[in-house]
Amino acid sequence: MATKLGKQTYKPDNPPYIISTGTVAGPFEGQGPVGKYFDHVYTDTLAGERSFENAEKEMMTNACFTCLNKVNITPQEVDFFLAGDLLNQTITSGFSALELAVPYLGIYGACSTSALGLAISTMLVDGDYARLVLAATSSHNSSAERQFRFPTEYGAHRKPTTQWTVTGAGAALVAKEGTGPRITYFTIGKVTDMGIKDANNLGAAMAPAAAATMVQHFADTGNGPEYYDLIVTGDLGKFGHELAIKTCITRGGFDLTKNYSDCGIMIYDLEKQDVHAGASGCASSALVTYGYLYRQMLAGKLKKLLLVATGALHSQCSVQQGSNIPTIAHAVSIEVE
Amino acid sequence: MSRDPKKKPLTVDQKRYSELVNELVPKPLYLRNAIMAFVFGGVVCIIGQFFTDLYKISFKLSSTEAGNPAVATMIFLGALLTGLGLFDKIARYGGAGLSVPVTGFANSVVASALEFKREGLVFGVGSKMFMLAGSVITFGVVTAFVIGLIYAIFIL
Amino acid sequence: MEWQTYMMAFLVGGAICVVAQLILDFTNFTPGHVLSAFVVAGGILGGLGLYDKLVQIAGAGATMPISSFGNALVKGAMAEAERNGVIGVLTGMFELTSTGITAAIIFGFLTALVFNPEG
Repeated sequence: MATKLGKQTYKPDNPPYIISTGTVAGPFEGQGPVGKYFDHVYTDTLAGERSFENAEKEMMTNACFTCLNKVNITPQEVDFFLAGDLLNQTITSGFSALELAVPYLGIYGACSTSALGLAISTMLVDGDYARLVLAATSSHNSSAERQFRFPTEYGAHRKPTTQWTVTGAGAALVAKEGTGPRITYFTIGKVTDMGIKDANNLGAAMAPAAAATMVQHFADTGNGPEYYDLIVTGDLGKFGHELAIKTCITRGGFDLTKNYSDCGIMIYDLEKQDVHAGASGCASSALVTYGYLYRQMLAGKLKKLLLVATGALHSQCSVQQGSNIPTIAHAVSIEVE
Repeated sequence: MSRDPKKKPLTVDQKRYSELVNELVPKPLYLRNAIMAFVFGGVVCIIGQFFTDLYKISFKLSSTEAGNPAVATMIFLGALLTGLGLFDKIARYGGAGLSVPVTGFANSVVASALEFKREGLVFGVGSKMFMLAGSVITFGVVTAFVIGLIYAIFIL
Repeated sequence: MEWQTYMMAFLVGGAICVVAQLILDFTNFTPGHVLSAFVVAGGILGGLGLYDKLVQIAGAGATMPISSFGNALVKGAMAEAERNGVIGVLTGMFELTSTGITAAIIFGFLTALVFNPEG
């Protein structure tokens, strides 16, 4: 069982292991700076399917099977499948769960789903409810664009704060025993609203949530930012990243300038790839963490990582009705000995 | 857009944060965008003028009559570019220069029809076609109705 | 077919687009809002008889932007109102704009049949 630290942070008594990960990405993400760390890069965004929604399902399913195959584990051995995505009713996850035939818990945290999945997996494994939990998430540029914004072929002018939804999926297998990086702490965030209404400026909407969760995590654990080799947020983009740094200084006096980056900045080449402020989408944090950073940890180049996945919990309807964008962030501390 | 029914005032924290956001977030490149919109919009109108003149001469139409087939031609071109997946790429540079002329109207119709093709001909193409362009028609008709009514009752 | 016509089409058409671009960049209005507003503005100018003057000066520079759609709706309604009174407002509404709407529906439908969204 876990120990509760401070207000929102938990420390598992037996930190579970992330024994395997699976990452698949669209062609555009494959061309990015961390593209070579993904297990599979599709040559087209339809992934051989009839629609973008089906393509996303294929990607999530593929990421899950890739993750399991790497450690020779069959779906029958997995106790729970935790998955979430951006589409209405998290339909991608539902269909993937159908293919996997593993007891399924649907979760929704928008783009914070990767960390949410890892945190709940830790609860299940450390709480002796499960030995093996598979946590997955996905997003697809074309299916998300049309649900949250405009048809993809519509010539709408993009503002500099617009972010590009990542196409891809990532899965992680969390186990009671094994080898690999371990989940040592997790901090569950509170929903934050700082009055941002602009769905084209999600980085600014999510930055306060990220900052609040990070400050709480540092306060609860007593470990400052310098404890970690690297702190990454999920998909704040260029401006959200700066806003998070500023907010962390004003709220708790924590200096993030040395070891803090954002998956939404790392996944694309902001100079060459025309993505404006960076990436967004569930797959942003999943691809960078499960693909690139996980491998860095296995290779021993990275020992202590704090993943702070950020999510904007709005719907197209809530934005059109003029409601503020509610946002959340969950933090998961991943360490190798 | 914000049309909050019960406008909740921003808290001090929210206000301070939105000031920080405004300070940090870059403004669009106003001048560059304006110049691009001007050039692209102007060029689209020149092409439209060319077709108007072409139909005027080849079918011996008056300027007003030649306007209709010219508009249809521009809509065809907008639709074709959208179908080929080029319109959104050009519009990234041209901005309002492409969306304000009828080419933009065509783009909004075709993009919606195309996007929802996989939901079938009836629920997809048929009903989603005017998803974006519908408001233009609605407001145009309402305006024209009000003005027409004023004209018919008070002026005639 | 003089070059002045083309220059005026370029200048006026371009200027109308710049106004829209500035609204988009300086406010949080979406293209949908701006285009709807332009149609309304075109309709009002049409009702006052000013839009036709602009068309005479600028040719396609005034007929190509979406504001001309509002103008054409109003003119259709007004012309028919002269003949049939209030009923004419209803019957004449789409008289001049049917080309644009029909073309958009037909080409939209055909394009949707032929092409697939690229994503």
